[in-house]
Amino acid sequence: MEHTENHEKHHITPLSVYIKVAGALFFLTFLTIGIHSIRAYLAGTAPFFAFGIAAIKAYLVMAYFMHLKYEVVMNRVIFGLGFIFLALLFAITYLDIWSRVALTSPL
Amino acid sequence: MSTSRVIDGVNVQTHYRDVEHQLSAAKQGIWLFMVTEILMFGGLFVGYALYHMRYPEMFAEGARFLDWRLGFINTLVLIFSSFTVVVGIYYCQANQMKKAAAALGVTILCGVIFMVIKYFEYTHKFHMGIYPGNMLDLAKLNHHLAEAGEPLIKSTNLGLYFGFYYCMSGLHGIHVILGMSLLGWCMFRALRGDFNANYYTAVDGVGIFWHIVDLVWIFLFPLLYLVG
Repeated sequence: MEHTENHEKHHITPLSVYIKVAGALFFLTFLTIGIHSIRAYLAGTAPFFAFGIAAIKAYLVMAYFMHLKYEVVMNRVIFGLGFIFLALLFAITYLDIWSRVALTSPL
Repeated sequence: MSTSRVIDGVNVQTHYRDVEHQLSAAKQGIWLFMVTEILMFGGLFVGYALYHMRYPEMFAEGARFLDWRLGFINTLVLIFSSFTVVVGIYYCQANQMKKAAAALGVTILCGVIFMVIKYFEYTHKFHMGIYPGNMLDLAKLNHHLAEAGEPLIKSTNLGLYFGFYYCMSGLHGIHVILGMSLLGWCMFRALRGDFNANYYTAVDGVGIFWHIVDLVWIFLFPLLYLVG
């Protein structure tokens, strides 16, 4: 029946899942701050922790709040491509700068 | 002449097969737009990263002026607002439009709190002469630092750092304000009775936009306030 077909892809996430994800996000934020406070002992790896945790938080927001986990593959590919092209932008620009040779004038 | 017909209480335009088809098209358009948002903010992140590598001491000098506690509070505020917007969508799905509107209202409130904190951050910097780019008043800033007994700025291009700071946080702030306006519009429409359990696409789209705003801040916070 047409009525049931409409709800086929209409996955409704229970409120409890949202509450758990929000709780995890809050915890991860406090964790980030915690690591920030002991960064002196982390010998320069603090940024990796900070962005690593940020990536986990980003995944939780994208998968559950933005509902990407239950979206069609096409939309996931579309959104993912954005990040892939961003990575490409960074990689190629970085390579350009890294491979520069300083020119010193003979004059 | 009508360009739509009603199926299950939803206005479905005639070029779509059914409700599902119309929603799929809308959703795909929303995600395509979000890609452009990611690329726009991402470009600024890449710029920041590259110049940070080029002028590490100068960036460290600039990052001194950012208070991580305010950034931390703003992070919690935005995460909570993402939660409330998703609760709003939940109530739309349950056809409880008054609760949905209330949830959207709380989300807008969170946006207000965020912008108020941002206002205090900006005005504090302006007071010290920290303006973006070449408007930065180094003399005024060093005068302030000298009076406070703090080390003076040694870099000559500090405006570059604050150009990035104001552009990135400012663009994000503009998106917060835009999001708040859109949420207000959705709230109004929900109370007006425009939505039902089968149709709340506008709330879906605005919700995803709001999550992008949160997503950007999730990366902006460690970049500006923690890593510096």
